[in-house]
Amino acid sequence: MFGKLTLEAIPYHEPIIMITVAGMILGGLALLSAITYFKLWKPLWSNWLTSIDHKNIGIMYIILALVMLLRGFADALMMRSQQLSAAIGVNGGHGYLPPEHYDQVFSAHGVIMIFFMAMPFIVGLMNLVVPLQIGARDVAFPYLNNLSLWLTAAGAILINVSLAVGEFARTGWLAFPPLSEAAYSPGVGVDYYIWALQISGLGTLLAGVNMITTILKMRAPGLTMMRLPIFTWTTLCANMLIVAAFPILTATLAMLSLDRYLGMHFFTNDGGGNAMLYINLIWAWGHPEVYILILPCFGIFSEVVATFSSKKLFGYKSMVYATICITVLSFMVWLHHFFTMGSGANVNAFFGISTMIISIPTGVKIFNWLFTMYRGRVRFETPILWAMGFLVTFTIGGMTGVLTAVPGADFVLHNSLFLVAHFHNVIIGGVVFGVMAGLNYWFPKAFGFKLHEGLGKLSFWCWLIGYYLAFTPLYILGLMGATRRMNHFDNPQYLPYLIVAMVGALVIFAGIGSTILQIVYSVWQRKTLADLTGDPWDGRTLEWATSSPPAFYNFARTPVVHGRDAFWEEKQEGLPTAPEPAYAEIHMPRNTGTGVILSAAAAVLGFALIWHIWWLAILAFAGAIVVAIGHSFNENRDYYVQGDEVARTEGAYYQKLGTQEA
Amino acid sequence: MTVQSPVIGDHLHHGAEHEHHHDVAGTTTLGFWIYLMSDCVLFAALFCAFAVLRGQTAGGPGAKDLFDLSYVAVETTFLLLSSFTYGMAMISAERQRRSATLAWLGITLLMGLGFMGMELHEFGELIEKGAGPDRSAFLSSFFTLVGTHGLHVTAGMIWMVTLITHILRRGLTEANITRLTCLSLFWHFLDIVWIGVFTTVYLLGAS
Amino acid sequence: MSLFSHFALLDPKGPIGAEELNIILLATGLMLIVVLPVIGMTFAFAWRYRASNKKAEYKPDWEHSNAIEAVVWIVPCLIIVALGLVTWTSTHKLDPYRPIASDKAAIEVEVVSLDWKWLFIYPDLKIASVNELAFPAGTPVHFRMTSGSVMNSLFVPQLGTMVYTMAGMQTQLSLVADQAGAFEGMSSNFSGDGFSDMKFVARSMGEDDFQSWVEHARSTGAVLSSGVYHELEKPSEKVAVAYYGDIDPMVFHEALGMMAMSHETAEKGM
Repeated sequence: MFGKLTLEAIPYHEPIIMITVAGMILGGLALLSAITYFKLWKPLWSNWLTSIDHKNIGIMYIILALVMLLRGFADALMMRSQQLSAAIGVNGGHGYLPPEHYDQVFSAHGVIMIFFMAMPFIVGLMNLVVPLQIGARDVAFPYLNNLSLWLTAAGAILINVSLAVGEFARTGWLAFPPLSEAAYSPGVGVDYYIWALQISGLGTLLAGVNMITTILKMRAPGLTMMRLPIFTWTTLCANMLIVAAFPILTATLAMLSLDRYLGMHFFTNDGGGNAMLYINLIWAWGHPEVYILILPCFGIFSEVVATFSSKKLFGYKSMVYATICITVLSFMVWLHHFFTMGSGANVNAFFGISTMIISIPTGVKIFNWLFTMYRGRVRFETPILWAMGFLVTFTIGGMTGVLTAVPGADFVLHNSLFLVAHFHNVIIGGVVFGVMAGLNYWFPKAFGFKLHEGLGKLSFWCWLIGYYLAFTPLYILGLMGATRRMNHFDNPQYLPYLIVAMVGALVIFAGIGSTILQIVYSVWQRKTLADLTGDPWDGRTLEWATSSPPAFYNFARTPVVHGRDAFWEEKQEGLPTAPEPAYAEIHMPRNTGTGVILSAAAAVLGFALIWHIWWLAILAFAGAIVVAIGHSFNENRDYYVQGDEVARTEGAYYQKLGTQEA
Repeated sequence: MTVQSPVIGDHLHHGAEHEHHHDVAGTTTLGFWIYLMSDCVLFAALFCAFAVLRGQTAGGPGAKDLFDLSYVAVETTFLLLSSFTYGMAMISAERQRRSATLAWLGITLLMGLGFMGMELHEFGELIEKGAGPDRSAFLSSFFTLVGTHGLHVTAGMIWMVTLITHILRRGLTEANITRLTCLSLFWHFLDIVWIGVFTTVYLLGAS
Repeated sequence: MSLFSHFALLDPKGPIGAEELNIILLATGLMLIVVLPVIGMTFAFAWRYRASNKKAEYKPDWEHSNAIEAVVWIVPCLIIVALGLVTWTSTHKLDPYRPIASDKAAIEVEVVSLDWKWLFIYPDLKIASVNELAFPAGTPVHFRMTSGSVMNSLFVPQLGTMVYTMAGMQTQLSLVADQAGAFEGMSSNFSGDGFSDMKFVARSMGEDDFQSWVEHARSTGAVLSSGVYHELEKPSEKVAVAYYGDIDPMVFHEALGMMAMSHETAEKGM
């Protein structure tokens, strides 16, 4: 009746887990009670869950990312503290976490940070900003956009359920076979991993299709490709990578699940399976994935550096070509993740060299940012602090990347803490700093008030100092011969480094805390921090030509573009100070509940498959098909906003401007 | 260089609205193409697995022992013909000939059922012989590659039934023609993938 | 040397590790040509062109310079060409499958990674050991490796190159120590709950001491038979060092073949 699921699946004997789960349940109940008390269920459903507005969807993605950041970072704190506790002799040198638990913690840390923190944060920013930057009213497929968000959330829900019911994968974030096969991972952990990623992966793939179509088809008149803001360019390239790479992940995880569920032999030790095939396929996805993460962040920095230097971005054309180079090259380097698998010198050397070649266009971009500041007027507000932190930190990380790209060096550095330090160097220095810059930069556009500057700066300094404290020791430990994924080290010489790393993690924690405090405080002080004009930073691109937040239809009249930095050019000529005499009606899509329902079905399907509850799986799958087909018969999909409503909205905006000027 | 000029008349922006409005079909079709390319990559990964594992028979039966080329030729004919009949359906749809469109779609559906019936029969026989997907890596990759194609064909047929229903309800509207176009892309794409499967799995396997 | 003596990678005990250290230092040096100016410019430009500094030149529309473009494309290209050449030659020279040139004949060692210990078989000397590897200093050791379960990776940081061990496949590695010593060995590819204790000692010693070591192993009554191997296959953690005075020569092939029912080739790189 319930497949493999029994009450024993709840980890009663693990106090740490039980306390965490209790906390999550209590927190969840508190949230639900608050929603009920403030009578927010109806607006929650009507304005948020069913929203097809790219701005709302973007905000919800970012909220998901911030919540999952807490979970992923809790894992990080546990990893640091476990290694330290073992090094100081807790539990006879074994530390406070049993190996079975520690193995889940480091696996969950990687999965959550990549799939449920970084990806949603970036997809959220792309959603919020790109349609505004190209002068569009929404993305190409608003319904699909809603579905993508909820599929991602369904995956995140499964990950969180794995903590309370059953276990998570104990294989590392890429679940290499044979360890991830049924023979060596007979529990449900790897199955939670597979289904969470398959479901959210589908959401990501659809988002990729959506964003490419949006950028290619929905640009305002006059907005040629070489006039696009760089953030839009990098979004386009990253989404092309999504469409080209994610199907590989889907296929590979599907093959692993066929091995596990139907006894097939793709990657098993027996029957002719080949684990090397998995490693090649998963990294053929995995390497483009990291470029999917970093390219949009490069775009964020391009916007931020130009805006806060009050200057045109240096070398626009070479930025575009460099981005395209990086996009193409990112498919030709995957083998550098396993030089030590024994591929032979010619193959290793080829991939080592191709990896190094990517550093050339990346370096060009870095110089372009530097020369944007050169001869500019740099205002040191939070977003540009993140950009400067990135310029220094990411460059160092790139250096250690090129270093490990030489197979000879990698032969002693592979899988060491040096490697762990390298990829955190580029992911934190590049991706985290990027999304934090984006958060501070675009927050006023989304909500109509800025984030508090002082707390923003505090968060930055904590992250910057914390990063160096946490990961410089890991570079050193790697050079001392320490390998990764160890739950304890026996070498007493490692102790001082483990202590410093722990301190670093706590400083980063303070940084995360500062951001949360910053958001809460800013909401409380939103009147003082209000952005009345829609252009709080003296911006250059079209998103700043709207009010903050923009009207739900974005632009009352689709703008006509005549050059790069369209909004900056318009400001030089003089912005309009009054609304138009009349507005045409605007065609807008209606909200939909289909996305939420399909994703709920997907989550149930995933859970049922994990626990082998076949009748429930069939029911959920059939239900999803019926709902999807039924949705196609819904003809009530759109409506027209009347011209006078548009006029009223625009009129209110100009009135607010007038108040501010007076 | 202005973004919004108060001088620009109504007709310009009105034109811009219409421009965007009329391109819904083009936008949808482009989006579908892009999705189809991602599906192509999915199949590429499965072809890749097949290429690596084709020799790993784990002491069991190989391609020579299992594949009947004349059987597969009939199967292939069903599928290729179904592409032709779908093409005829599209031509009828573009000429706004509803009954002809529905008839051609119906024949396509029958061809598709013929193909799937034969494929399921082949799978059943293999499993009964002890040459199921759990027998060896070769068979795992065979069943998965061919089976994934079959699942796509099945999904296409369910979509076709749905679309027939849509056309019966509302006729050959712009929306339905866009849907027909997308399904057309899907159906022909599956044909092309099958040609790849037929060649690498069956023809090369039997030689 | 003593400053870095506990930095295994910076104090290699063999020519392979030494070569790899050279690569690390060279690559770092070449990269610093770009990295140091970038860090310097970040601070210099931000400071000089800070908004409050009205004395600095302000050119809001200046966005192109052929000279700068040329430099930022060409200089990194040149660095990468240099590094690329180093990569090509060193990757071939350090190919783990390449035997080490030496006037001494290599010691052959067959390796099986198990859950969670290392089995070393000396086919020519007809002895075996668990979690201890011994060899004469200055003599190359040639490893043929496989796994009895999941993927692992043989790694002795002070000697250099690591290589994966995979079930049903045979990988190879050659290492040599140029001085006597006891070096930490480990698995550098996560393999499950007992992974953190999957350590071994690699002992490099004088010829005579090595002969004593071999005799000591031979003097134990234990035999590495097929049955004993199957016992070893069972999961165990923190396994103590053990010796086998005699071996069934088919054990390694059994370990290879057990998982490789239809892998046509016994030797597998990629």
